[in-house]
Amino acid sequence: MLKKLALSVTLACLTAAASAQEPKTGGVINAVIQPEPPGLMLALIQNGPTQMVSGNIFEGLLRYGPKLEPLPGLAESWTISEDAKVYTFKLKPGVTWHDGKPFTSADVLFSIEMLKQTHARARGNLGQLEKVEAPDDLTVVFTLKQPFGPFIGIFEVGSLPMVPKHLYEGTDFKTNPNNNTPVGTGPFMFKEWQKGSFIRLVKNPNYHVKGKPYLDEIYWQIIPDAAARAVAYETGKVDVLPGGSVENFDVPRLSKLANTCVTGAGWEFFSPLAWLWLNNRAGPTSNKKIRQAIMYAIDRNFAKDVIWNGLGKVATGPSASTIKFYTDDVPKYPYDPAKAKALLKEAGYNGEKVRLMPLPYGETWQRWGEAVKQNLMDAGMNIETIATDVPGSNQRIGDWDYDISFTYLYQYGDPALGVGRNYVSSQIMKGQQFNNVEGYSNPEIDKLFAEGANATPDSKRKEIYEKAQKILVEDVPVAWMLELQFPTITRCKVKNLITTAIGVNDGFRDAWVDK
Amino acid sequence: MLSFVAQRIVKGVIVLLAIIVLNFFLIRLAPGDPAVVMAGEAGASDQVFVKQLREKFGLDRPLPEQLFIYVKGILSFDLGFSFRQQAPVSKLILERLPATLLLTMTAFAISLVLGILFGTLAARWAGTWLDTAITAMALVFYATPLFWIALMAILLFSVTLDWLPSFGYETIGARHTGFARVLDIGAHLIMPAMTIGLFFMATYTRMTRASMLEVKRLDFVKTARAKGLSDRVIQRRHVLRNALLPVVTLAGLHTGTLVGGAVLTETVFAWPGIGRLMYEALIQRDYNLLLGVFVVCSAMVLIFNLVTDLVYRMVDPRIQYSA
Repeated sequence: MLKKLALSVTLACLTAAASAQEPKTGGVINAVIQPEPPGLMLALIQNGPTQMVSGNIFEGLLRYGPKLEPLPGLAESWTISEDAKVYTFKLKPGVTWHDGKPFTSADVLFSIEMLKQTHARARGNLGQLEKVEAPDDLTVVFTLKQPFGPFIGIFEVGSLPMVPKHLYEGTDFKTNPNNNTPVGTGPFMFKEWQKGSFIRLVKNPNYHVKGKPYLDEIYWQIIPDAAARAVAYETGKVDVLPGGSVENFDVPRLSKLANTCVTGAGWEFFSPLAWLWLNNRAGPTSNKKIRQAIMYAIDRNFAKDVIWNGLGKVATGPSASTIKFYTDDVPKYPYDPAKAKALLKEAGYNGEKVRLMPLPYGETWQRWGEAVKQNLMDAGMNIETIATDVPGSNQRIGDWDYDISFTYLYQYGDPALGVGRNYVSSQIMKGQQFNNVEGYSNPEIDKLFAEGANATPDSKRKEIYEKAQKILVEDVPVAWMLELQFPTITRCKVKNLITTAIGVNDGFRDAWVDK
Repeated sequence: MLSFVAQRIVKGVIVLLAIIVLNFFLIRLAPGDPAVVMAGEAGASDQVFVKQLREKFGLDRPLPEQLFIYVKGILSFDLGFSFRQQAPVSKLILERLPATLLLTMTAFAISLVLGILFGTLAARWAGTWLDTAITAMALVFYATPLFWIALMAILLFSVTLDWLPSFGYETIGARHTGFARVLDIGAHLIMPAMTIGLFFMATYTRMTRASMLEVKRLDFVKTARAKGLSDRVIQRRHVLRNALLPVVTLAGLHTGTLVGGAVLTETVFAWPGIGRLMYEALIQRDYNLLLGVFVVCSAMVLIFNLVTDLVYRMVDPRIQYSA
């Protein structure tokens, strides 16, 4: 059954890619959004649901294909200087904001300055920026302090959304009334939000891509319970369940419903990778041999096949296989309880209590926590499960108050953006959940990631990151589990929904309904 | 009676303030704060970002100062600003309150009417098969978890029979008006209202039955019977009226808690009410919003307690008001 599901996902992907029907205009899509976004102003709020809805309203300079290749967005072309320090973007002419005002390079300059204040990830990504200039209305020139390999990858809508200067300049960004009725350049315009029920977007008739969008309206329906979301799909009330909308154990059942298509595409940019934080500072997990024993003790194929219903891939190391410079030429840790026991013995482990904190993200994660606990106990470890809610879990991770803790993080396409932060010692800072939480410190790794970010050309970066992956996998600072796959479930009449590496977060501009 | 009401209101305000202070500290005892949650959701949590958030929300100030600012706001009917939803708390609560009141009051009416009816029937025919059937039914609904009833109802009435909508307040996108809209909301209301109502119905059934059987044994019932009154009149005027006193007490208490007590039902049925708002505020540590919901719920409990006291006198004229 699991193989069948995996096959159907693959087939669905292929079918989607091969679909070459003539798009039809008109129609409405009902999609699920969960949880309800706190607001839709993407420059101020960057959580998942905000990005998913606002990806239709706002746009970035670039989009990215499934192989993370840059595609035109609000910029129609771009050039990179030979020394890889100057990036020149030519903006698309004739683009207007939803209120009819033209989109120009002044908006780009303003957006950069605003995002440096309001968007934590953008602030990090723009750390290497020396200056940004606008020689004319349709040209923007970014000059970097030094070459920064992943720079061309930071322009998607969630990472660097464009903001209308004429509505935000000189205002208090947080209380600007336009936050409640966001104005972007995207294919859909904000129309209505009934709190607790739905968000309604309508077609932008002046969208800059001729003939698009095809749909008239999108209703994002807010349904807080995972089982109720599954029923809403089952009873025909919604047509699109974005990845992660339903519990994983419901995916096989829903996939078998008539007129249902499933795809795992659209996560290439995020590449969610799940692992266990292992506290490198104190307790049994500070011992490298015990950390290696943990890798051998956990049956990750079981987790993939049973808990995640065959979706996803067993992780080989700190990089997901979908991001740049990935290598699987690293030490391997197959499921081997005997080896785990031997390593524990060798390390002198004598039954000290180890606290395991599962992710409080619903049933699937709870079950995974139980399976890992069982694996570790079978190998002879004394495991105590700590139950928390989301804020409690964030707090404990930020305070380093754990021994083993589940997490999954996005990798944003490039090791300099989404991998290095978890292993370099400059990122050991209390009170945070996405940095070097485990407290691993290795000068060689620090050096490699510092070099990798600024090295040119890509072949040099590849060499550096491959070396870093080998060292990390040998040291096991954290226990890598799975490359997660969150399948998007749709009615088959919904076509072309996912066309880029950020999937449904990139808006429904290409989607159409086959009536 | 006026002085009774005035004194109860003054006492109510003092209790409300005590509740606010207690809740203010209680919420902050839970691990994590809104800045940590929001940084987590943003997928980036550099120290500058978290510090900015804490400063913005006033979380960097000493606790007594935060409490002082909050209470000062409450005294001018300002429930504060929601950190996460970026809107005034009173606006958020007022948006959701009508849906919750519709749901809980419908549930309350269903439970009270059916509960008293079934309780009376069971007591009237105590020891017969009807009594056994009603008692068993009450026990089942009393003991079954709400969420399970909700899920089973969805499975039966939405998925299998396709009679009722499984979620929401009305059909999204249908834009019904007038009577068609009333019918549409009604169809959406049935399952969540019954889910909440069945539990309380079971409670009132059991309470009415027990209370009536107890009152039946009292001397004044014998006197009434000796006077030659018909059984129907005795049951209605003498037994039921006296037996209702504990039911009224219980119902009064329930009415207040119903406002905030529909968390599970509102979540399962995606009903856009205040219970869901409270749950979301709790998991996001949205302190002001959570406190605001608590204040409104506490105020409701106090108001309904006062109303209960007034209803008491209508049910039993022997009761005298004294502050």
